[in-house]
Amino acid sequence: MTTLQEQQVIQDRFKERMDEDELLNCMRCGFCLPSCPTYITSGFKESHSPRGRIALMKAVVDGLIEPDEDFETSLNQCLGCRACEPVCPSGVNYGHLLEEARDIINQNKKHSLPVRTVRKAVFEGLFPHQNRMRNFTGLLGFYQRSGLQKVARATGIMKLFPESLATMERVLPKVPTMKEMKNRPRFLPAEAPETKKVAFFTGCLMDTMFLETNNATMKLLQLAGCEIIIPESQNCCGALHGHSGEKNGSKELAKKNIQAFEDLDVDYIITNAGGCGAFLVDYDHLLKDDPAWKERALAFKNKIKDITEILFEVRFHEKVKLELPFQIVTYQDSCHLRNVMKTAAAPRALLQAIEGIEFKEMKDADRCCGSAGIYNIVESEMSMQILDYKMEQTKATHASTVVTANPGCLLQMKLGIEREGLNEKMRAVHIVDLLMEAVK
Amino acid sequence: MINEQIKERIISIVGTENFDDSKVGRLTYSYDATPNFQALPDGVVSPRNTEEVAELVKVCNEHHIPVVPRGAGSNLCGGTCPTEGGLVFLFKHMNEILEIDEENLTATVQPGVITLDLINAVEAKGLFFPPDPGSMKTSTIGGNINENSGGLRGLKYGVTRDYVIALEIVLANGSIIRTGGKLAKDVAGYDFTRLYVGSEGTLGIVTEATLKLVPIPETKKTMLALYEDLEAAATTVSKIIANKIIPATLEFLDQATLKVVEDYAKIGLPTDAKAVLLIEQDGAPEVVERDIKKIADLCTEENAVSVQIAKTKAEAEALTTARRAALSALARLKPTTILEDATVPRSQVANMVKAINEIAEKYQLNICTFGHAGDGNLHPTVPTDARNKEEMERVEKAFEEIFEKAIELGGTITGEHGVGIMKAPYLELKLGQEGIAAMKAIKTALDPNNIMNPGKIFAKDSRKRVVIGQ
Repeated sequence: MTTLQEQQVIQDRFKERMDEDELLNCMRCGFCLPSCPTYITSGFKESHSPRGRIALMKAVVDGLIEPDEDFETSLNQCLGCRACEPVCPSGVNYGHLLEEARDIINQNKKHSLPVRTVRKAVFEGLFPHQNRMRNFTGLLGFYQRSGLQKVARATGIMKLFPESLATMERVLPKVPTMKEMKNRPRFLPAEAPETKKVAFFTGCLMDTMFLETNNATMKLLQLAGCEIIIPESQNCCGALHGHSGEKNGSKELAKKNIQAFEDLDVDYIITNAGGCGAFLVDYDHLLKDDPAWKERALAFKNKIKDITEILFEVRFHEKVKLELPFQIVTYQDSCHLRNVMKTAAAPRALLQAIEGIEFKEMKDADRCCGSAGIYNIVESEMSMQILDYKMEQTKATHASTVVTANPGCLLQMKLGIEREGLNEKMRAVHIVDLLMEAVK
Repeated sequence: MINEQIKERIISIVGTENFDDSKVGRLTYSYDATPNFQALPDGVVSPRNTEEVAELVKVCNEHHIPVVPRGAGSNLCGGTCPTEGGLVFLFKHMNEILEIDEENLTATVQPGVITLDLINAVEAKGLFFPPDPGSMKTSTIGGNINENSGGLRGLKYGVTRDYVIALEIVLANGSIIRTGGKLAKDVAGYDFTRLYVGSEGTLGIVTEATLKLVPIPETKKTMLALYEDLEAAATTVSKIIANKIIPATLEFLDQATLKVVEDYAKIGLPTDAKAVLLIEQDGAPEVVERDIKKIADLCTEENAVSVQIAKTKAEAEALTTARRAALSALARLKPTTILEDATVPRSQVANMVKAINEIAEKYQLNICTFGHAGDGNLHPTVPTDARNKEEMERVEKAFEEIFEKAIELGGTITGEHGVGIMKAPYLELKLGQEGIAAMKAIKTALDPNNIMNPGKIFAKDSRKRVVIGQ
């Protein structure tokens, strides 16, 4: 609940901080409506569409409405998938508006004690510290390996958790050991005639829970002729903070990352998670009001490239033989990879280059799967409805392999497969893991 | 306006989940795609069938509550802005394609069907529904009927009106009538079907429509002609028609529009050309081939600097899709984008383009022009800023002159966007006092309490204002 007093403060901050030109840039043509998953899933509710949400933000600025509970719900239910941006002829930066609005609400509203504690622990205590991320993942590993997981499942204790969380527990990958997580390489030579010098942005979750995928990424880069530097002082990209109304936290992380990479003599900074990549390419916007950092952020941004883009660029798929046993493969876009980083053709071209498989495009592959960071946990009901639609489209392709390019999407697709009881027939994999499989 | 008692009656008809009077709910139905118009309704209601619509309208009629039927809110005349409050009607539950009749070549639909969904559904059966407004991905058939929407294929195929052959309508008193039928000929009484198409929700609510379909053209070819001179492009338009060729599409875009569209679509449009014509012909392959060749020759004769024919279907589609985004793309330039759709006889297109440029010069405005040149329907658009009062005054004056010029050339104040509230003050310019009086007589007869979308079409006073004040 927001108190009336809090609403007043939020309204005042909206007037001060929201970018009026950007709000006015929306001419309300409605071209965004068909691209919005929550608009469609909610049964065409304008308040759950980008046009509606922008109109609501503007109405709060104009004093037409108060930022009440319904207003917050409308913003909370937004996936932040930004599918509305590429289809917007006027070029409205919806994502920026959303981020600012969420930050204003969150910073000026008193959360309940448990929520406050969890937020503090996650946003300040955990994600900004890679060593703690390792410890946390280590705990999960202990849970999985010690037999505790079996006990938990057998006792049915997981039933006490919301359904999506309980299912999520089942689909989490087998995490690496502490030792594996600690001994990370800092430099890797090219294993083919050299093409590019790159730095690798490891990511917080990717370098712990999805360590295997990071290893595969680096291996592919080496095979593609890239020399790789992996700076130790890098940290979480800050996307989770930025999307949850913790803008200051994300600015701090951004600055550390810029510092970690700016003195390296590299052509690109490579990421393998669409969600992180999209946040990294937005650092110049995040730090736009900070004169000391704006230019540095821009230089950083210009080097960011997704792993699929660089592999495609250096013609990896033509130089290295890729082959797999017959299977139907389909691809689920990572929203941020597609809508913000504009990477959609490269992953498809790489998949199509694998011999022996059949690539089948699913309907609406560009529509969000409902993962959206922690959306599938906090807005579980809407998320599961969106996932159900996604699984329908996935099944229609008869694919046995669903490929994604972002950890959140990967977990969500695994969740979808588990929910449908398709474990035996279908698997979800990160694109680099499949490419690695195809190399071997 | 809607007290607790009325609210209970409404809820008893549609259920709690289909009535919303929250601030957020009302705010998000307070606007459409028309700049500078916003007004909160008292509530928003989503009836599930015709009977519920009729029951709701009866309640509204009894208590004199304005009724505003709304499709996707993509219209450009303020037609669905609830300027007098009242109840906004949504058709999200009434969105079924009820039948595609391949023997009679008709489709029967509910108003909430999305235009493109219908187009795709009939094309899957080898049939064709030609009206294709720019917003067809989101607009609804109900909205198209109420606004009599046009589109890129209007030149050869006509507009929505030409494809509506039967309607089910809920009148202002709550009675339900049916007009027309699956008939090629029908002269039984007044042509109510035609009267209701384009009536902007001021005479009743369309709850079902039967649409005429045609066989899908065998092939299609798309070309782009580039010009160094605006008027040469416009002259070509008249020349093509005078040579007895009716292309499916004949669109005009000036340089300013080209630039913003390219900014958005990034498909390699020739942004150094002063103007382009986007031309499409469809039909039997030999006819298309012959026409396209002839059109290309005519373009060259009229000093087109180059003529490019799209090589693939994807390339052709990219061109038309980009054209559809023109208006919204122009919104990149300035905070407020005001557009009009003055329409003149085809032979006058060049004169109209010339006049628009002179008017832009006179009022020191940047007017970008694009539009369906082939059917004389132009969209002069001014990127401006509603916060700049002085410039808005000039915009207002410029549009007044554009309207006057259009009428002088034998044209009209609106070709396809409708009158709504935005152009109501100018309607008299086109119809004269007597014309307005005759139309008002119809309105009063069918809606004596003036509850159906009040304030639209007919201006409260004759002050001429398009963009200033509300």
